[in-house]
Amino acid sequence: MTNKAAAATREALGPTLVRLCRQGLDIVVVDADLGSSTTARQFGKAFPERFFPVGVAEQNMVNVAAGLAAAGKTVFISTFAVFAPGRCFDQLRLGVAQPRLNVKVVASHAGIITGEDGASAHGIDDLSLVLSLPGFHVIVPADLMEAEQAIEAAARTSGPFYVRCVRPKIPIIHDEGYKFRLGKAHVARQGKDVTVMAIGVMVWKALEAAELLASEGIGCRVLNMACLKPLDVEAVLAAARETGAVVTAEDHLVHGGLASLVAQTLALHQPTPMAFIGMQDQYAVSGRWDQLMERYGLTAEKIAEAARSVIARKKG
Amino acid sequence: MTPVSGVSLRELEALAKRVRRHIIEMTAAAGCGHPGGSLSCVDILVALYGHALRHDPQNPHWPDRDRFVLSKGHAAPAVYAVLAECGYLPVEELVTLRQVGSRLEGHVVLDSPPGVEMTSGSLGMGLSFSLGQALAARLDGRDYRLYCLLGDGDLNEGQTWEAVMASAHHQVDNLTAIIDYNRIQNDGFSDYSRYEDKSRPQRTGGWVSEQGHTVNILDLQPLEEKWRAFGWEVLETDGHDLSALIATLAKAKAVKGHPTVIIAHTVKGKGVSFMENNPAFHGKAPTPEQAEKALAELA
Repeated sequence: MTNKAAAATREALGPTLVRLCRQGLDIVVVDADLGSSTTARQFGKAFPERFFPVGVAEQNMVNVAAGLAAAGKTVFISTFAVFAPGRCFDQLRLGVAQPRLNVKVVASHAGIITGEDGASAHGIDDLSLVLSLPGFHVIVPADLMEAEQAIEAAARTSGPFYVRCVRPKIPIIHDEGYKFRLGKAHVARQGKDVTVMAIGVMVWKALEAAELLASEGIGCRVLNMACLKPLDVEAVLAAARETGAVVTAEDHLVHGGLASLVAQTLALHQPTPMAFIGMQDQYAVSGRWDQLMERYGLTAEKIAEAARSVIARKKG
Repeated sequence: MTPVSGVSLRELEALAKRVRRHIIEMTAAAGCGHPGGSLSCVDILVALYGHALRHDPQNPHWPDRDRFVLSKGHAAPAVYAVLAECGYLPVEELVTLRQVGSRLEGHVVLDSPPGVEMTSGSLGMGLSFSLGQALAARLDGRDYRLYCLLGDGDLNEGQTWEAVMASAHHQVDNLTAIIDYNRIQNDGFSDYSRYEDKSRPQRTGGWVSEQGHTVNILDLQPLEEKWRAFGWEVLETDGHDLSALIATLAKAKAVKGHPTVIIAHTVKGKGVSFMENNPAFHGKAPTPEQAEKALAELA
């Protein structure tokens, strides 16, 4: 299921933009002094005239991007997930979402797996913010391969996008032939007793949890919910209908992200026993990312535990 | 002084008066809106749309058009009125301002109607957007220009100064910022100079006057030195003298190597005696009686 290669999803940005621009897409990048971390600087090296540094000024970055987009450019901006949307939310709302401009935010360093830099650098509320912006596409790639395809989809599709990437190297879980599709969830593993809907690094953990459950004779479906918006409502409902129990798993607050989105969808169409794995209304601390995942319960064991509990509830 | 080709100064003055009348009629019909800051920037808009801007009302998305970006989005009525007078929309549509189904939103919205270049209403974003367009022009080898109108409130916002710094850094000489410097904001007076009761001593910081206005909200002085220190060419003009405005805009266009700001000294509520320098009309429409009186003054 999981091959040995590992890569940070943030590493997709620079090379993908260089490739797409060489193919003729009218791409420009506005950068707020984190292009080395988000890998956007690789684009600046290849296309210096298309790379506009504005300093550590995220608000300015967003509206400069909006201006370039209004003039017909496909504009990428990138910084840490705490800063975009956090530092420039009003600019994203009024400057990008309302006029539906062609601005693509590719955030890196999302989640507590950002690690040692501590809570000030852990983007754990970014999804609640961007999901509240009508017209925004929101994608959370689970590995490098998916990140490359998500960035390409963003570049080739009109309108605002948010793509959520991470700092550490995480396993590549998809096979060579994997195709990311905008608006579609991906069944990463079939199962009939329970479904784990996961995003980002937690897809990997969900697959590990499915292995644990399989050893107990429990069939666990794993849905990679990479495209949060537009949400694949059909896949969510089918999973709920066919397995009768749902666990969500995300490296994000359980308020306002994947859990909220799925719960709202199921409440409306298909009430189903649910459990939520994620950050529980708290901030994390500094530490190695694998240790933080243990400390805050973002583990295969916790997912498996939650799966058993929802299965018990559907029987009751 | 007749620097205006094609359109005489007298015609522009008549245009400015019609725009002011529209602003009164629109806000009175809506029963709400921002007449004060709309009236203060009328002459700037007339100098731009009536003379300085390269634009074509029949072709609002012409790629080579000059762009006017309204950062102080609450001055929407002034922009709609000027656009209507130029032919971007029917003059009759103006009185639909702020009504459900109208294209004329309370604060400007991109392309509504075509001719409006940016969505605004939250202050401080216009100069950044203008910089983005100015960079796009340079990248595409086009010679269009950006004109961005800022109010006092825009200059309170930190983002504006981010954009001021970045515009000089990127040496965009196709960008002109214009400050509608009327020194009045939502709550009152931005500094002490326009506050009439000089019997009270000037204080550090702000205070609330007997009339309920905040005085000295955030003193922007020394304004010229600030922009100059950030690397901009700074020009100053009377913001209600059309020929001076036109001459200053021409000077700004000739500056090479860095962006230019025009500090246009204006009067909030200009043209209507009881609205002039009166913070009460920042965000309040005239009553029908007040509108009648205002229109009589603007006859």
